Parts: sequence; structure tokens; C-alpha cells
Amino acid sequence: MTKAQSLWNHGVKIGAIGGVSVLVICLIGMVESFGKRFIIAGYLPMGVTIALIISMFAAFIAAKKTPIPEKSIQFANAVMSGFVTSGLLAIFVIIGRSIKLRVVFVEASPVLYNILTGGISGAGGIFILLFAGLLCGAFSGLLIVLTDLPRKLIINAIATVFALGLLQELILPILNSWDLGVTNYLAGLFYTLNGLTPIGAILAVIIFCILYLLWHANQNTIKTKYSNLPKATQKKTKYFGLLILAIILIFLPQFLGLFLSEVLTIVGLYVLLGLGLNIVVGYAGLLDLGYVAFFAIGSYVVALLTSPQIFDIGLNFWQALPIAVICGILAGVMLGIPVLKMRGDYLAIATLGFGEIIRILVLSDFLKPWLGGAQGIGSIPNPNFMGFLMVKPQHIYYLILAGCILVVFISLRLKNSRLGRAWMAMREDEDVAQAMGINLVATKLLAFATGAGFSALSGAIFASKIGSVYPHSFNVFISINVVCIVIIGGIGSLPGIVVGAAALMGLPELLREFADYRMFVYGVALVIMMLLRPEGLLPEVRHKIELHDETETGTQTAAQP
Amino acid sequence: MAMLELRNVHAHYGKIHALKDISITVNKGEIVTLIGGNGAGKSTTLKTISGTLRPSEGKIFLNGEDLGKYPAHEIVTKGIVQVPEGRRVFGQLTVMENLDLGAFTSKDKKRDANNIEKIFQMFPRLAERSKQLAGTLSGGEQQMLAMGRALMADPKILLLDEPSMGLAPVLVDSVFDTIKTLHAQGVTILLVEQNARMALKTASRGYVIQTGKVILEDDAKKLLENEMVKKAYMGD
Repeated sequence: MTKAQSLWNHGVKIGAIGGVSVLVICLIGMVESFGKRFIIAGYLPMGVTIALIISMFAAFIAAKKTPIPEKSIQFANAVMSGFVTSGLLAIFVIIGRSIKLRVVFVEASPVLYNILTGGISGAGGIFILLFAGLLCGAFSGLLIVLTDLPRKLIINAIATVFALGLLQELILPILNSWDLGVTNYLAGLFYTLNGLTPIGAILAVIIFCILYLLWHANQNTIKTKYSNLPKATQKKTKYFGLLILAIILIFLPQFLGLFLSEVLTIVGLYVLLGLGLNIVVGYAGLLDLGYVAFFAIGSYVVALLTSPQIFDIGLNFWQALPIAVICGILAGVMLGIPVLKMRGDYLAIATLGFGEIIRILVLSDFLKPWLGGAQGIGSIPNPNFMGFLMVKPQHIYYLILAGCILVVFISLRLKNSRLGRAWMAMREDEDVAQAMGINLVATKLLAFATGAGFSALSGAIFASKIGSVYPHSFNVFISINVVCIVIIGGIGSLPGIVVGAAALMGLPELLREFADYRMFVYGVALVIMMLLRPEGLLPEVRHKIELHDETETGTQTAAQP
Repeated sequence: MAMLELRNVHAHYGKIHALKDISITVNKGEIVTLIGGNGAGKSTTLKTISGTLRPSEGKIFLNGEDLGKYPAHEIVTKGIVQVPEGRRVFGQLTVMENLDLGAFTSKDKKRDANNIEKIFQMFPRLAERSKQLAGTLSGGEQQMLAMGRALMADPKILLLDEPSMGLAPVLVDSVFDTIKTLHAQGVTILLVEQNARMALKTASRGYVIQTGKVILEDDAKKLLENEMVKKAYMGD
């Protein structure tokens, strides 16, 4: 291979990867079905935005990986990558228009070709497609050539516009619900019924840039000022921040409508599940893929004890709740005993099996007289709080909030306790932990039991919120969702889990087009996270050090003999 | 009276008969070494002492008390503490956290703080790096940490499993110096080593173990001069 060839190699290769990626999301129908939602009304549908972002990202990587750090070559490589990406798509469109690809690929429709070519038929459309690719490449090339500040500014400004467009269904109802002159004006200025207004998008960019530059200019002075404050004042500021957070959390459902409160309760239930699994996976290092089992047990115990169907025991929610949690804890111990000696992959498979066993038991005809079989159990009464019936999602929200606060508190206390240290040691090295005098059996069972208790709590609230339980609500995907939340949020990190739950559970509810592609998006998100941010979105400090500062500390030790 | 005594101990891994009638005694204040080739049963002997592997026959006594009735994690509280082969520090935890875990069974905070001070005096390098992740330490520093971690439990008897393994010659010397220092402070030590020459120079008595059996036991000085030992384990 000659030197000139090897220089272009990255542009072509990574451009091709980008092209294939865009092709994949086209052929599974994502571009088309996301085409109905607009980021900027009338100009930029979301499907196209995603395709553009992928090709820009590919071009950016291509430029970054160029072996010679010379700006002109990097720029050229980015353009090359963009061109190859769009070239692949152009070939696809040309083939698709002459041969009926739909026999194999259902989603390869003329609508898709129209989207890709900007609605223009014939050679003109192909030209537009190629031109768009070149532009993407050039744009990424420009980003590489620029210095740090403007690059960050541009990337973050684009991300802001994208997020604002994406979260329209979150922001618009909040603005409308206040029904004040100002908010109505703002809503009209920024949003149409489908996407940002062009003026809104430009305004958002301007406002973001001003804020970003202000922060950038003053960030150091603010930080030094803060660290120069006396310790007591710093503590006060922290408490003040917590107070504001608490006030926001308490009044949140008042601003959000019915639908958003419902989304919030779903996120909340998953936060509870995530915090529980975090104890098992994050603290104790035991990969549990059957976590849904305890959620199901919590739900069914509440259902059996409170619903008039089947047994008609007639307890109220508050009496059933502790029993459900205790049953969850017992189930956790029961799962824990047979898998005590298992580690890693074996443990994951065994727990996966446990989750399925519970679901199949609940579904079985054999246990139908006691558990309701496939029809499940209905007419579970809503929780009654001192004479006040919690019916709406806004009411259930407070129940979940209380649960989350309790669980966060317990998690924080456990983390720095003797038990927390024992979990940590066990996660690192079981044999040595035992040699330090840690009782492995008790420590492991306590991890399973605590995690299971939190999960059962979540399940109990879930049952009384929905009012009925069915076996199919407790399939393996719930376990997978929770594992994804913990990993993407940041293993071991409590704020990370909240963010992970909001991102993985909240966003898909807001963007219903996602529903069909949920698992696909999770898979892609996991792969991207593992490549770019293996420690998670909001990592625990320890993991961050471990995965990123290795080179730094490594050279430090190497320097000293 | 012997502090630690293995009386006719047999041990099995499944069907493999790993220890055949091993009898070893360690008296208070001694350094006793166990030498032998790969797979001779040295580490297996330590495992039966620390309780992670149960003897299929025979008994182990600490100060006359049968250890058979205690689970592995309680044997630590009896004062038998092991420094595992290959150091095995908790790589993702800091040096300080590693030491804290060494004192897991202790409930006396004051004594722990004293111990940490003592360990930092003995290994100043650890004090410098107390907030660093243990996995980023060099091999020699990790060996210091592993020993420090074991000392946090105030051991009556310290079991050292191949402390010189994988270390540069200079560091091997310093490891054995540390062993001598600990001995001078009154710690009883059972030392398992492949580096027979160094081990016998440091120890007061030695056992030679081969295919699960003790084939020789004597004063360390005499073993150093034993023709068979010289030939088989020192390459003379």
C-alpha cells in the first residue's frame, strides 16, 4: 500500500461504516417513521437528522483517526468520509429505483427514497444526496480544524437544538399549562405543533451560545470563589441546592400534565428497580438477570392481599406493602442460597432462569386457582393515604418519590457501612475477602435480599398503580431494561441511575415512534457507551478514576523505581 | 507448646489426593518455611490451615484448639492471617481502603489507627500512596500492601504464600528483610517459598514437601547444607 493510499484509507473505511449504518436505520424503517416528527418544523425531520448526525459523526472520527495530524489532510479525510457515506446511499437509491427491493426489504419504499433525495426525482435528487454528504463531511472537517472552544460551542449548540426539538412533548405542555401571557408567547415563538419554529431554533442557538460563553469566561472565577468560601458556607450552599431540588420534586406534578406525570411514575418505578439492582450488581458485583422475579413477587403479593378476586383477604395497601417487601426479601434469600457458589456468567444464567421460572409459574394453569393464570388479578384498590384516595398518577408520584428517597437513603448509608465495605471486597476478590474474615455466605445473601426487597417495593407500588397484574407484565425485558439503566447510568452511582432511568424509560415514552426500535436503540446505546464512556453517564468517582486516569497514575508509578 | 500444629492431615481435590499425611508444627516466635516444587502441595497446605479447603482426614490445632469447627472467615479472627499468592490486593480500591479491609474483623478503632501508623512506618511508600488505587502500584509495593493488609488483623501467625514470586531480585531482598523485621517484632511466620535458598536463610526450621508428603524436616541451616535439597531446589 502506498503512503497516499493509507492516508485516504480512514476516510473511505469509516465513511463506508457510516454509510452502512445509515443504510441499516433506513432499511429497518427508522428514517421513514421518524420522518413524521420534525426537529425544526417544515425543514428538518428527525429521521433525516439522525442520518445526518451519523454521517457527521463518521466524518469526525475519520478526520480524527488520520495518521498525520495535518489540518488540510484531516479536513479532506472528513469530506471523503461524508462523500463515501452519501455515495453508498446514492447507489442504494439508484438500485432501489430500478429494482423492486421491497421483496426483501419491506421498508425500502419510494417514500424513503424521496426522504433521502430531498423529494427530487431523477439525477437531481442523487446530486442533492451527494451534496448533503459532502456538506456533512466538510462540516465535521471544519469542526476538527477549529480550536477547542468554538468546536465545543458548535457541537453543544446543535445538541441543544436537537434536544429542544426532541423534547417538545415535554416542554410544550409545561409552557401551555401555565397559560400566562409570557409562556403562551414563548410557546408560540419556539414551537409549532410539530417541531421548533426556524426562528425558535436560531434563538435557541443564540441564547445557548451567550450562556455558554458567559459560563466559559466566568467558570474559573466562580469555581475558585466557591472553593475559597469557608467550609460552613459551602455546606450551606449544598443544603440550599438540595432544598431547591426538593421543592422542584415536590411541585413537579403540578406543572406536568396527566401524561407527563404518568411518564414520571414509570421513570420512578424504574429508579427504584435500578437502585435495588445497583446494590446487587454495583456494590456486590453479582450479575442478576432475573431481577424481574422480585418485582413480580411484590406485585402479586399486593394483588393477592388487597384484591377482592381470588382470596378476598381485604387488607389495604399499607398493610400489604411490608408483607410484599418481606416476601421479596425471602425470595431473594431463596434465590441466593442455590447460587452461592456461582460467579460471573454462570450466576447470570442461573438468575435469568429464576426470573423465567417465576413468570411461568404465575402463568401456569396449575397455579391458576391461586394466582389467576393468564388472566392475572384485577380490581386492586388504589392506595388510601389518611382517607385520601391516590388515584391519579400525580398522587402515585408522591408515593414513588417517598419510596425513592427511602431507598436512596438506605443505599447511601449501606455504601459507607461495614456491610458496604464487605460487598466492595467481595466484588473485587471473593477468596481474599474471605481471607480478610468476611463471611461470604451472609454477605452475598444480604446483597440479594436487599436488592430483592427494593424490587418488591417497586412491584407493590406498580400493582396498586395499575390496579391489576398480568404475567406478561413481568417478562425478561424488564430485567434487561434495569440492567441497561444501571450500566448506562453508571454502575454504583446513584445519580447515574436516576439519569439512566430518565433516559432509557422516560425518553421512549415521550417519543412513541421509538417503541418499535426500543431494543435496537438500547443495543446501539450500550455499544456506544462501552466504546466512548464505559463508566456510564454519571459515573461513580471510583470507576471514573479506574477507567480514565490509568495512564496518568501509571506513568507516575513508572517514573519511580 | 506448638502454636500451630497440623496432625496427619490429608486433603483431596475431588479424587486427587493432594496432601498425604502432612504433620507440621510451628512454635511461637518461629519462622518456619515450607519448600517444594510446583504442585508439591505447599499452597494446598496453607488452604487447609486457613479453612478454605477442609482436610479429609487429620486435624489442625491453634494453641491446642481444634480449628475444624470454624468456618473460614472465623479462622481469621482466631489470629491466622494469610497473605495470598500473587499478592491479590483489591486493585480497584485505594491503598487505605485495602488496609481498612484488612481490619475487617477488628472492632477496636483505636488499635486499627495504631496499626495503620505502624504499617506506614514500616512501609513509608504506602503512606505516600495511601489515596492511590492499589492496582496502580508496582509489584513490590503491592507485596508491601498485601503484607500490611494482613498485619491489620493483628495476626498471631502470618501465612506467607510465595511472597517473592514475580519480583525483581532487589525487591526479593527487601521482602525477606521485611519478613525478618516482622519476626523481630514477635510475629510468628509460616513461609511458603519456591526460592528455597532465601527461605532457608531466613527461617529457623524448614519442611521439604514433595507430591503431597513431607519428605524432610530439619533446622534451616542443616537443610541448607543437605545435598538432596541443594540438588533439587537450589540448582547446585
